[in-house]
Amino acid sequence: MSLVNYATREITCKIVYYGPGRSGKTTNLHYIYGQVPEDRKGKMVSLATQTDRTLFFDFLPLDLGSISGFTTKFQLYTVPGQVYYQATRRLVLQGADGVVFVADSQARQLEENIESFQDLHANLAEQGVDPRTMPIVVQYNKQDLPKELILPVAELSDAINFRGSPEFSADALHGPGVFETLRGISEQVLRRLSAAGASPGTAAGAGTK
Amino acid sequence: MRVDKRTRFDNYVVGSANRLAVAAAHAVSDAPGAVYNPLFIYSSSGLGKTHLTHAIGNQAMARHPDMAIEYVPLEDFVEQLHAAIATGEMDRFKQRYGRVDVLLIDDMQFLTGRRETQSELLRLLNSLQGSKRQIVMTSDRPPAEIADVDERLIQKLSGGLIVDIGVPDYETRVAILRAKCEEKNVTFEPGVIEELARVEFTNIRELQGALNRLVSAQVTDGTLTPAQVNALVGAPEPAPPGSPTAARQDEFFSFLTDIASAVAAGIEPWKVRVGEAVAFWNGEGFRTRPLERLMQEQKAPENWEALVRGFAQAVEQLKELEQQVSAVDPTLGGTELFRDPERLSEAAAFVERALAGAVPPAGPQAAFARATFEESPSNQMAVRAADAVITEPGHRYNPLFLAGPSGVGKTHLLNAIGNELARRGGASYRVACVGAQLFIDELIAALQDGTIERFRARYRAADALLLDDVQFVGGKERTQDELFHVFNHFHAAGKQLVFASDVPPKQIEGLEERLRSRFEGGLVAELNAPDRTLREKLFTRFLAVANVPVTPELLSYLAERSAASVRELIGTVHRLMAAAEQAGAPLTLPIAKLTLEPANGAATSPPSSVRQAADTFFLDDEKIIWEWPDASGRLVEELR
Repeated sequence: MSLVNYATREITCKIVYYGPGRSGKTTNLHYIYGQVPEDRKGKMVSLATQTDRTLFFDFLPLDLGSISGFTTKFQLYTVPGQVYYQATRRLVLQGADGVVFVADSQARQLEENIESFQDLHANLAEQGVDPRTMPIVVQYNKQDLPKELILPVAELSDAINFRGSPEFSADALHGPGVFETLRGISEQVLRRLSAAGASPGTAAGAGTK
Repeated sequence: MRVDKRTRFDNYVVGSANRLAVAAAHAVSDAPGAVYNPLFIYSSSGLGKTHLTHAIGNQAMARHPDMAIEYVPLEDFVEQLHAAIATGEMDRFKQRYGRVDVLLIDDMQFLTGRRETQSELLRLLNSLQGSKRQIVMTSDRPPAEIADVDERLIQKLSGGLIVDIGVPDYETRVAILRAKCEEKNVTFEPGVIEELARVEFTNIRELQGALNRLVSAQVTDGTLTPAQVNALVGAPEPAPPGSPTAARQDEFFSFLTDIASAVAAGIEPWKVRVGEAVAFWNGEGFRTRPLERLMQEQKAPENWEALVRGFAQAVEQLKELEQQVSAVDPTLGGTELFRDPERLSEAAAFVERALAGAVPPAGPQAAFARATFEESPSNQMAVRAADAVITEPGHRYNPLFLAGPSGVGKTHLLNAIGNELARRGGASYRVACVGAQLFIDELIAALQDGTIERFRARYRAADALLLDDVQFVGGKERTQDELFHVFNHFHAAGKQLVFASDVPPKQIEGLEERLRSRFEGGLVAELNAPDRTLREKLFTRFLAVANVPVTPELLSYLAERSAASVRELIGTVHRLMAAAEQAGAPLTLPIAKLTLEPANGAATSPPSSVRQAADTFFLDDEKIIWEWPDASGRLVEELR
């Protein structure tokens, strides 16, 4: 996917929320959905099971309107976190312009976080995308939980964020940190407009070209 | 729609939220058209816009009974406008609104997307304002936020005073409730009204609805106490602190602002320009691969502007080519070939082929060779000129105009020039060598079929044009017109033109001056009746070709006899041979004298050898009528 289409004057940005099961990816999208004025958001598509777990993926199109003369659209996706949805995760990851890794701050979830982060790298590599060129930010969600249940950000960062990507602490259920995370990934992705990343054939575009 | 008499200023409660709007409304109704014109009032639903509008109407009516005051919701205005258009009564519609002194329009937000209404409204507002008539409008949002409205209209709407009406505060709510109670003539226990006013209704209609519920409850259940109020009206839950809608959206808009600056920083202006070009030409239906490739460059190539310009030029050329070919044959245009600037040269070649047509104009006849054309003083000038033309086509004598009586060899010389030009020019050199009559016939056919462009293209594609018997174009206006253009094309392109005619240009009847002067602009070379030298040469050759041995005396005798044309000489040869055959002896001077002297001039029937002899002399079918009874006398005749 080419991020900027100068011919049709469109910027289309695909951002994938990745992370272990129950880390709050869909919650992120729901919060954003709630904040966006009616005329700016498309229908949020959510394929969930009876128990509200994401079965396939969530899709939230955001119409940011005309920016510098470019019709700017963001497509936010979540992947299903459960281990056995590997194929779906790969599918959703295809053509992503940026990835938000949503980590669960609960101490007992640390292993899952690390595993999922590695899974992300494996899946990117699988698609011929060099994870070092892919914009990634890390969100430590559920920081609102009692201190005794969660790990502090610094500790999580040491354990998960070995590449030193930009990181945000968040409480996706109530909102703090959600837009900061989205802004963080968006700016990273958009920064690549001027860099080489915008043209097809480079690592970011290789997935769908 | 009439102004509602029940909604006046005296039953409109003024509070801090609407004070400004009410003051403006008073000013406007006291002196319509003098201040705040137009007055634009906006607020969310149910806060009293419509009441205020009617109040203006009522007060203005009271102060200025002679004024025409019209209240119309925008929806009605639109309906009336549509009806007027449908019944063709736009004039009446315009007249009706044109004489209104105070125009009150409600619900302007419905303008969205109604272009026709917008332009009619703009016109109306201009005319009303121009004659100092008052306009009052209301909407649920300020003018600039009404989506999809003509910029000029927005400016017009915003040109006077824009005031908003806010949500009434507690005190105002109490005042409103008291006024309503007075109006309905009901009374409540002390504290009930105040309790109801504490509920934060977002609009007055809800407040009124709640009051009505209390009234009906009081009627059925007896006197109410303040404690019952909340249960009865089902007061809305207090909004969560700190997150009113506006504040919530701020989060999104601040995100949007940040994104905007990130995008602005990332966009490359040159790519935007190239992208514009791609979008434009794609929209026009052209392939834009070169530009698309250009956009994939990491950095702006130095010559990117030139590349974009070059692309535009190529597109223009394609359009031109397509136009040309479509004029000849509309089915040839509209193909993919003319949509792809990368295939410009291919398209150009295609058009050239198409224009040239499958059948090029006729070439020279091979039988008329330059080598068999004999030169003598009678035709010397023409022959030398012809040779000059052959060596330097288009340079020495252009056009070369061969004039001379019938049968002196104009056609031969013309075709000889053609043959030599074709031989020297090589395979790609195309010589068009036709009789003027054929030219005319083809032109007429082309006019009939509507393929005149193809006709022109066929001839213009030639490298040299040789036109025989050009005297036939005399009096034919359309032919001369075409010939004129063809002439100019050839002359301008430095391509050789040769004409042959039985008279010089001056004497061609009905020849337009513009053509005459052009014909004379090169060299007019005359061919005269064959002189003695030529006659001798020709007889020698003709008889040798026919394998007839000839004595010098006979030759001298024959050459002495004058002849008007070469054709006559050929006729003589044929008669002599026929006579010799009849006599069963070789041709001798006596037989010749016997045959040619007037006393013995009786024509003889044509012998079988005529055909063979003629065949030897002339390979040109067109010039010979084979089965003529007395062919020896009149063997050679021009068909045309």
